[in-house]
Amino acid sequence: MAKALTGTSPKTYISHTWWALSVACLVAVVGVLFFIFAFVIARGVPALKPEIFFTPTHGIAGGLSNAIAGTFLLVFTGLVIVILVGLGTAIWTVEFAAPWAQRVIRFMVDVLVGIPSIVVGYFLYVALVEIAGWGFSLIAGALALAIFMLPYVVRAADVALTNVPGALKEGAVALGARPAMVISSINLPYALPGILTGVLVATGIGLGETAPLIYTAGWSNYLPQVALTHSPVGYLTYVVWTYISQPFEASHQLAYAAAALLMIFVFLTNLLARSFVEYKLGKSQAR
Amino acid sequence: MAAINVPLRGATRVAPPSTLQRIGAQAVLRGLTGLAALASFMIIFVMLFFLIVYAWPAIRFNGIQFFTSPIWNIGNQYGSGTIVRNGYVGEPGAAFGALVFIYGSAVTALLTMVVAVPLSLMVALSLVYRVPRMIRPLANALVELMAGVPSVVYGLWGMVVLVPWIGQKLAPWVTAHLGFVPFLGGASGSGNGLAASVFILSLMVIPIMVATTRDVILAQSNTYFEASMALGSTSWQAMVRAVLPSVRKGIIASVLLAFGRALGETMAVLMVCGAAINSFPENVFSPINTIAAVIVSQLESALTDASGMAQRSLAELACVLFIITLIVNIVARGIMRGADRAEGR
Repeated sequence: MAKALTGTSPKTYISHTWWALSVACLVAVVGVLFFIFAFVIARGVPALKPEIFFTPTHGIAGGLSNAIAGTFLLVFTGLVIVILVGLGTAIWTVEFAAPWAQRVIRFMVDVLVGIPSIVVGYFLYVALVEIAGWGFSLIAGALALAIFMLPYVVRAADVALTNVPGALKEGAVALGARPAMVISSINLPYALPGILTGVLVATGIGLGETAPLIYTAGWSNYLPQVALTHSPVGYLTYVVWTYISQPFEASHQLAYAAAALLMIFVFLTNLLARSFVEYKLGKSQAR
Repeated sequence: MAAINVPLRGATRVAPPSTLQRIGAQAVLRGLTGLAALASFMIIFVMLFFLIVYAWPAIRFNGIQFFTSPIWNIGNQYGSGTIVRNGYVGEPGAAFGALVFIYGSAVTALLTMVVAVPLSLMVALSLVYRVPRMIRPLANALVELMAGVPSVVYGLWGMVVLVPWIGQKLAPWVTAHLGFVPFLGGASGSGNGLAASVFILSLMVIPIMVATTRDVILAQSNTYFEASMALGSTSWQAMVRAVLPSVRKGIIASVLLAFGRALGETMAVLMVCGAAINSFPENVFSPINTIAAVIVSQLESALTDASGMAQRSLAELACVLFIITLIVNIVARGIMRGADRAEGR
């Protein structure tokens, strides 16, 4: 329609040129990123031999069982903390807070997203590892991850809880339910898909963090022990970071394998999160 | 809702909770969730306060030199004659000047913005207006997936592919043929350095900026675009002169958020920056260092400092980074809130 109005004046050509340029930018960026993924998958997947899932790292080679177990343990412990604190924060913000307090909490949580990971890592290293004397430990690493995951969980739970229809809550209250019961049997079930999406996004964030873990979880060549303190934990991102700088092919293979595993995990959590969003959308459209 | 079936036979009547119980349960719930909210609210303040208190001896010991001197030296722990400044003790020869790292952080983040902002705008525009509706969900999913890729994965690719390519192909060619341009001449280096850091950081912030820019454009109604087209502009003119200015605030906020992210990014930069100490970059291929990267790479040697001053100086670095990113983020979120309110969202 633009063509019909403006004919073939120079400005039409200029417009077409700019649009072509913007599509070229899209293709270039997507191309480079695709190249990176293809590279990591092409190098990493052949390195994913079955035995690396059952052997721990030792020295410059071995397997990844300690790092895989450690990554999941760290993320899981972090999630336990973050779900307790994050859900609590969201419930308080939506149900109990005055409007000004709501604004303050939401603002602070948003700002938390931008805190550099190494600052949190260094803070926890000094506070927990050194001063509290817990040493490199599961709890220090999990707390570091929890601080990063918190904003994603709070934001998702906040939106999900805010969207619970008032009529449902009022109906429950009219039937004699107490506030705790309204929250546990009306608000939370209704908001569950939204909350789960936030938890999954947070899981993806936690899986990929490195900087806050180096000086909190430390590194261990052994399977993680059942201990909150005084016991370092290995994790996949550490393998990528350090083993690629070693001058041995065997350690490079491990780094590629760990990178491919990370990509696959992140991709899966992303996919799951999307399917929850779609499930939620489908439900709301059906209504 | 299904009809409520009240069982008449055999129903035991539950005593209604006493007022005390009712208030009690609610107070407990309110208290516990309030405590959680307080924890999220306090994290930033506790971290800031703790780091400043911990770094205080270093702040006093280093004084203004911290911001003006490019020399970072943890001192000689076997030498004699410890240094005492403002009542705080450091090892002989110790000097903690962070200028190289502050400069490195600023230059990488700014150059990243120079590269990434125009690219992100172009990508977002073509994503909204030129990608066919059929493959748009796929493109959106791809953008979100990219934003979630761990930074070590980017760093890995940077180390193995990008750095050798810059060191062996790009840098020698550029320094030979474009050496007359300032900051492009001189030594071509190994590939580790400013150019590699900016390249990687750009790839990491572009998906984030594209996603936010796309969202603010989509949230804006089509009126501006259509009105501008009706006045005879081409679609590109309508885009640049009518639509983009109307979402200006959202875009500025997303640029600031990306700037904060580029300042704070640690691992990917650490893996490709070349870890420069005590030297400024000569050209875009020279090794550099950033505040975030140096905290990771210097902590182990800082731990050998018996006076603890090196470690506290790293905490001072963390404070500087924290305060800068805090300001950037607060301003960005403020603008975003303002934009949301102005547009009635």
